[in-house]
Amino acid sequence: MFDLTGKSALVTGASGGIGGEIARQLHARGANVGLSGTRAAPLQALAEELGPRAHVLPCDLSDFAAVDALARQAAEAMGAVDILVNNAGITRDGLLMRMSDEDWQQVIDVNLTSAFRLSRGVLRGMMKARWGRIIYITSVVGIAGNGGQANYAAAKAGMVGLSKSLAQEVASRNVTVNCIAPGFISTAMTEKLTDEQKEKILVEIPAGAMGVPADIAAATVYLASPEASYVTGATLHVNGGMTMI
Amino acid sequence: MSDIANRVKKIVVEHLGVEEDKVTENASFIDDLGADSLDTVELVMAFEEEFGIEIPDDAAETIQTFGDAVKFISEAA
Repeated sequence: MFDLTGKSALVTGASGGIGGEIARQLHARGANVGLSGTRAAPLQALAEELGPRAHVLPCDLSDFAAVDALARQAAEAMGAVDILVNNAGITRDGLLMRMSDEDWQQVIDVNLTSAFRLSRGVLRGMMKARWGRIIYITSVVGIAGNGGQANYAAAKAGMVGLSKSLAQEVASRNVTVNCIAPGFISTAMTEKLTDEQKEKILVEIPAGAMGVPADIAAATVYLASPEASYVTGATLHVNGGMTMI
Repeated sequence: MSDIANRVKKIVVEHLGVEEDKVTENASFIDDLGADSLDTVELVMAFEEEFGIEIPDDAAETIQTFGDAVKFISEAA
């Protein structure tokens, strides 16, 4: 089950906690992995850890020309892109009344527009191969909202609409398109929270603990696998029961 | 039939899984050959690849029949 031997996966944000773990687990299941991110050093370190079948593909997702080029570079490096994991995300938090145009636009560009452009870039190959998996790592806040994160929540909710629409367009070609919506996962992003903030959050989580990147990676392996071929347009919530929808 | 027409026909037959004799000058991809909108996008992509040309979206919309495709490609290639 869940064998990905011979498949090639491009993972954005692979220099981060969740993206790195996604790449590790896809690789462990036999996939070739393309590691993308803005910082080359952690990508290089991960590639060395993984050994063969790992390719470093640095990319600034706010640079649209570079995003279009990334789809091509990944296909050249690995021979194909069978699995695309749109995981990269940035936050520029602030109350909406004081949110600058730049903070809004940057978050939309990096989190949502790059995912659209990358999806468009890899689809041609997937359509020809009559097999593909596109996975968007969205967030519980895209569904439930979160004060101070209007830009981030809008981008993440946008991914859900994008994935459902694309899922309808390409389902007949064996290309599935799904979202994973993590709740609170311990990463560098959540390390910034104070203990008081963390306690408040934990009260809201029936599981009584934050998730770990491996929880998201396992969900990704499932959706990427041949066994998930009949699952498309879905959002898989991985949040310890925090928000049940 | 020209070389271009033969190559276009081959793509259409392969992609849509139709009999060669159904692919006539006025055969509409959607109405006569059973293509859906995604098939037409894929056909255009296949033509672009086969002939090394770019078919812009507004031009792609005008390619409704086999004859349209051959005419457009003959002029562009």
